[in-house]
Formats: sequence, structure tokens, C-alpha cells
Amino acid sequence: MSKELSILIGGAAGEGTRLTGQLIGKILNHFGWRVFVYEDYQSLITGGHNFSIIRASSERISAPTKKIDYLIALNQDTIFKHKNDLKKDGLIIYNSDQIKIGQGIGIPALSITKQFSGKPIMKNSALFGALAKVLGIDWQVVEDLLKREFGAKAEINLKIAKEGYEKARTNWKIEKLNQKSLSLLTGNEAVALGALKIGLDVYLSYPMTPATSILHFLAQVRKNFKNLLVLQPENEIGVVNIGLGSAYAGKRVMVGTSGGGFALMVEGLSLAAQSETPIVIVESQRPAPATGIPTYTAQGDLLFVLSAGHGDFKRFVVAPGDAQEAFYLTGLAMNIAWKYQMPAIVLIDKEVSEDTFNFDESIIDKIKIEEPVFWGKTGEYRRYLDTENGISPLAFPGEKEAVVKSTSYEHDEFGITTEEEEKIQKMQEKRLRKYENFNNEIKNLEGVKVYGNKNSDKAIIVFGSNKGAGIEIGKKLNLKVIQVLVFQPFPEEQIKKAASGVKKLISVETNASAQLAQVLRAHDIKVNDSILKYTGRPFFVEELKEKLIKKI
Amino acid sequence: MEDNLDTKTKNTWCPGCSNFGILQAIKNAILILEKKGIGRERFVLTTGIGCHAKIVDYLNINTFYGLHGRAIPLAEGIKIANPNLKVLVCAGDGDAYDEGISHLIHAAKRNIDITVLIHNNRNFALTTGQFSATSPKGFVGRSSPEGSLEPAFNPLELMLSSGATFVARAFASKIDHLTNLIVKAIEHKGFSFIDILQPCLIWFNTYDVYNQKVYEFENNDISSKEKAIQGILEWDYNDGKKIPIGVFYKIEKPTFDEEVNSGLIKIKDFGSQIKEILDKKI
Repeated sequence: MSKELSILIGGAAGEGTRLTGQLIGKILNHFGWRVFVYEDYQSLITGGHNFSIIRASSERISAPTKKIDYLIALNQDTIFKHKNDLKKDGLIIYNSDQIKIGQGIGIPALSITKQFSGKPIMKNSALFGALAKVLGIDWQVVEDLLKREFGAKAEINLKIAKEGYEKARTNWKIEKLNQKSLSLLTGNEAVALGALKIGLDVYLSYPMTPATSILHFLAQVRKNFKNLLVLQPENEIGVVNIGLGSAYAGKRVMVGTSGGGFALMVEGLSLAAQSETPIVIVESQRPAPATGIPTYTAQGDLLFVLSAGHGDFKRFVVAPGDAQEAFYLTGLAMNIAWKYQMPAIVLIDKEVSEDTFNFDESIIDKIKIEEPVFWGKTGEYRRYLDTENGISPLAFPGEKEAVVKSTSYEHDEFGITTEEEEKIQKMQEKRLRKYENFNNEIKNLEGVKVYGNKNSDKAIIVFGSNKGAGIEIGKKLNLKVIQVLVFQPFPEEQIKKAASGVKKLISVETNASAQLAQVLRAHDIKVNDSILKYTGRPFFVEELKEKLIKKI
Repeated sequence: MEDNLDTKTKNTWCPGCSNFGILQAIKNAILILEKKGIGRERFVLTTGIGCHAKIVDYLNINTFYGLHGRAIPLAEGIKIANPNLKVLVCAGDGDAYDEGISHLIHAAKRNIDITVLIHNNRNFALTTGQFSATSPKGFVGRSSPEGSLEPAFNPLELMLSSGATFVARAFASKIDHLTNLIVKAIEHKGFSFIDILQPCLIWFNTYDVYNQKVYEFENNDISSKEKAIQGILEWDYNDGKKIPIGVFYKIEKPTFDEEVNSGLIKIKDFGSQIKEILDKKI
């Protein structure tokens, strides 16, 4: 029987609940528990209602639960909104200076903070200390963690946390599990690290939720990666074109945005394809059309990224479902982009981007930089040399004896403009041969993963963040669970193999038009039904279970 | 490699087009700079889309034929990636002043060390003669048969206020003068900008007007913004008796490409740095 714990911390924006949620995740992680943190926040800077759900389990998990064991409330609103989600034996830990309620453990968090002359935001530490006591965690563990996290600023926080700790009572004793603690990473951090592993030189981004934290994270770790440039140009059109200029000059480039920003980059996507310039584009989906719901989640851009761009061309598209996959698949996207000199898209969603997942370091050594094909420095350089496999060797401007002519226009082997039918056909066919080789690449890749009962004749199929709830509930209901990781080239044979023997296939998607099912059907894969959610929130595990039971 | 920088491509500009003058001046400038020790392989030219952009096919140097309006960000990317390159942009008025004006302003603001040459024929020529941002009010074209309602704006005034550190105007027919300006612009450390008046024989033939009105502007205080603005405002791209050409403004400031690249080191293996970050995330 797996061990389970779910904690919700809520307050107004600016009250620091997110950071405290991360601390709670870390302290549970310390005990060898597997941790997942779900973030729910609004598009405002102060006020409103933000909350984090911290889940811990003996098994790996990556989806939130509706029912919670502990509710930590910084304000009355949190009690009002989440009290009913508390399990029967659940407990409320609250800031008694600002909340009146006749149950649970009241901690005068604001008074304690004032007592030690702390800033108001430090009231989180009082509640954090109280939670540690409630969970039966030794004070020393709390002290070590806060010292590590806050460094020089730990002193006052420690005093405040200690006071909160003393005022609470132990309700339960957390068990130390016999497994190694794993790092905790958001998907956006993992995307950034995956790209860095495969030699990222330049990251460009115009701020847009939920991709923005890639920009923040890379700007922050620049001091560790002395080859890295992190730039914030004037708009997404600038982003993609500056990116392509840098890639033409030999740099490994990634750009990041959400659907609206990607829409602005689409002409540049087409330029990357025509000029055969490698670039990795991260598209973190949020609900749309248009502005949509900026800080919430959706999977409504799948069809868009698969077909974006004018003209006939291919792009590599991967869809990681957690931090581990985000690391690997972003690295893979960088390798494929350079191997085939084409754009590669990492399609994620707000939950993959901003939720926190356990990350197993062993993945780091599973992917390495693959060098592209370079010019042999003999003979006259032809940027678009008509080779058998359609891949023309690369040279960069600045190399002696090489004149490197890249172009958006149709061109001959040298990159000189052409409108002659024969030359156009030759160049189109060069690219088509490249695309054919690219399509065959899928044979070397893990395009799908299969979980749960592999012999079941009932299966669900998911991509992106729905992996988490899908696997958890699929296993409970004894179903087969298929996750699609690569969308272009499409792993048709792999999916057909995974779905063989399945009589009922249900897609689980956070969009309104069952886009995954549409893609599958286009490849002659029968999808019997879909479970869709389009409220901006991900599937909570209980909710998916309920909906699935009705369908199977 | 041809010594004269030519390619074998047949030129398709209209006979007598003033773009030929700009092409010749760019070739002259590169040959002069080559003699001064800048190897030919260090030059890169980006273009937008329009008549001007065909120049990539007529110059045997590194080029990136980009999208309409996006020649400047392409050039910025190249310069950031390899500050050792001499990066030139050829763009049309439609490119730089209409479609991609935000990039022009921001590149000037950053003072990135690239040279922007505008083939300003004051109309969209390759799309058969519509008004552009520097067409005078009343411009009669196929999209404005009754005369355009929008007055021209003055791109030099915009460049000066955006932070460009080298601001000049030239006339495509005065090839020696233009050659000299291009050499100076490339040698300038920082964002250099030349608006080149480029008569369009077919849609907006301004040869006679320019021949009559253009004069070489003498500026003995090139770092003065006040002096620069006086010269720049002498002609507003709509109407005026005289049109000054020459360098209006030139100052030295730190460049963006230099600042972003400071402290960069090539790293071969990233695994250990990644593990170091992960250790803090437990």
C-alpha cells in the first residue's frame, strides 16, 4: 500500500505561499518521499488567491489531488475556498491573527513575526514551523533546511519558525522512507538544463507566462555557464530572427514562449525551415484563443504547432510530461535540430512548466551532444549542397574560403536566388529527401511509453502533463496507459503496436476539441472516446478516476 | 573567389536603377577595408525583402537573405554570436521604416555594432509602387490613386532620438561620397546608420529633384546633438529647398555585443555544472 500525503497552502498573491510550498516539498523530500507540487495562481501581483498543493507519496506521482490532509491558511479566503476539500481526519493550520475558525491549530503568525521584527512575509515561517511539528519532524531538520535555503537571512526566519514549531502539537509522525531523495525541479528548469547539457549558447525570450521562468532561471544560472548568453529582445519576432542569426553564425539557440508569442514567431519558423537553420522553440501552452487565461493550463496548441508556418516543411515536435522528460527531450530536440538543420519544438503546458517534480540525476548522462555534419574545408563551399541524404554540410561565416549564403528565397546549391523550375524542383527534392530521413529517425526514438496493465484491452492515451493523473488512475483501474512523447515525426507504428489488442481507447486531454484524438485518427488509429477538461485546471486524480469509471 | 566581389548571377534590377550605385559603393568599401586588413570572410550582409535585397546575389560574401522587415534582428544575432564579424544590413524603407521599425529602434537603442544601410526609394517598388513611411504626403500610387494621406516621417530624427551613435544620409548617385560614408560607418564602433536616397526610375523618379537639392553637409562638431538635429531637420522628407547629405552625428559609447559577450568562455562539458545546480535542489 502506498503512503500518501497531500497539503494545501493558500493565501493572497505576494504573501509567499509559493516559496513555502517549495519548502514543504523539500522537507518531505528529505524523508525519501516522492514529491509533486502543483501551483495555482492568478495573473496579478498582489491580492487574489494563490495556492500550492504539495503531494508526497512513496511512489512517484505528478498530479494533484482534490482531497487534502492538511490545509495551511494565511488568510480567511483560503479557509472559505478549501475547507470542504479537507479529509475527515484532516487538520487546518492557520494564521490566527487574521483568521477566525473554531478548529485546527491556530498560530498567531503575524504577532510572532512582529515579535522578532520580521517582515510580514516571514509569517510563512511560523506556519512552516508549525507544520513541521504537526508532522513530527525534528527541529534540527527544520533548522538545517532553513539555513540552507535562506543563508544569511535565515536567522530571523529561524526564530519565527521555532516559535511556530513550539506553539503547535504533533499529530502524526512522518516516516523516513528507505529510498534516495531526488532533486526537485520545475519542468521549465529541466527544459533549461536539458538544453544546457546539449550545448545551449544563446537563449532568447520575450516574457510570457508560463514560459517566463525559463528566462529567469537561465539568467540566474549564467554565472555557472560562462558560454551562455541570455537575452530579452523587443518582441517575439525579434527573438526568433535574432535566434536564427546566431544559429547561422554557429551558436546553439533556444527560444521560449507561449501560444501568442509562438504565433508571432511563425514566419520565423518558416524561415528556419527554408534557410535550414537549426533552432529549438519551447511552446508552453496556456488556455487560448488570444490572451485566454494566462496563468492556467491547456493543451490547445497541439494542432497549431504541428502545422504552423506557411509552405511545406517539417519540424521536430516533442511533448514531455514531467521534468525528467523535459530535460531529455529538450536535449534531444537540440540534437535533432542540428542533425537535420531544422526547427524543433518542445511542446509543454503550464503544469509541466511550473509544477515541481522529482528528478533523477541518472538521466543527465543518457544524452550527449551529437555533432552535426560540417564542411570538409575543400572545394567551393555550397551551403545547400545537393547530397544523397538531403543534409548539406555546415560552415559558418568567418571561415576562410567559405562564402556562406543562407536564404529565405528559393535557391540553388550556393544559396543564390532562383525562380527556374528545374532548380526549384532540385532544391525541393533535396529537402524532401532530408525530411524522409527525418521521418525514419522515429525508428531510433522512444516515441511512446506504455504504463499500467499492458495486457488490458482498455487503454487511455495522453500527452504532456496528463501523464501524471493518467498513469496514477490508469494503474488503479487496471488499464493500459499510452503516452505520446514525439509528435513529428509521428510514431504511428509505435502507437499502433502499443494499442494492439485494445478494444477501447480513450484520449484524456486538457482541451476542448480532442486534438490528440484528431491527430491519432488522421493516422488511422481508432479512438473510441475522449475525456476533456478545459477550465484551465489540470485533471485532479479523483476527478479523472470518476470520469474514467463512467466511460469504461 | 572573384577579386572584384562579383558573382555570376545576372542582375535583374531595372536598367539605370540607383541600386547599382549602392552595390558599387559597398564593393568599393569592402575592398578598401580589405586593404586595411579586414579579411573578406569577416563580412556578413543581411537583407530584408524588396528590390534592395537582390544585392545578396550580386555580392560574393557571406549573406543571409531574410524576411521582410527582419534583416536587422538577423544581423544582431550574427554580431552577438561572433563579434569578430563585420555585419552589414541592407534594408528598404518598407523593411526598416514600415514592417520592422521596432527592430530598427531597438538596435539603435542597444548600440549594437552593426551597419544599417537603407535603400530608401520612398515607395514599395517590388510590389509595384505603393506609398511607404517616407513617401511624401499626396504620393500617388496604385494603393493611393488620390494621393496618400500620410506625411513622411524623418528617419534620421528617429535614429538620433533612439540612441544611434552614427547617423548619416547619402545619395546613391554620389558613389564616391557613399563609399566613403560606408567605410566610416563600418569602422565606427557602434550602431551606424545611413539613409541612402535611392531614386526609383519606375515608381518614384526623384533623380532630378535630388540632383538639384542634394548638397554635402559640412559638420565640424560631429558629437553635438544640437548641430545634428539642425542638419537633420533641414529636410523633412516631404518638402524642402535643400537636402543635406553626410555624417550628422557620431559619438562613442559601449556596444551591446561587447557588453553581452564580456566574460564568455567556451565550455566543453556541462554535466558537472548541471549536477552542481541539482545539488541545491534536493
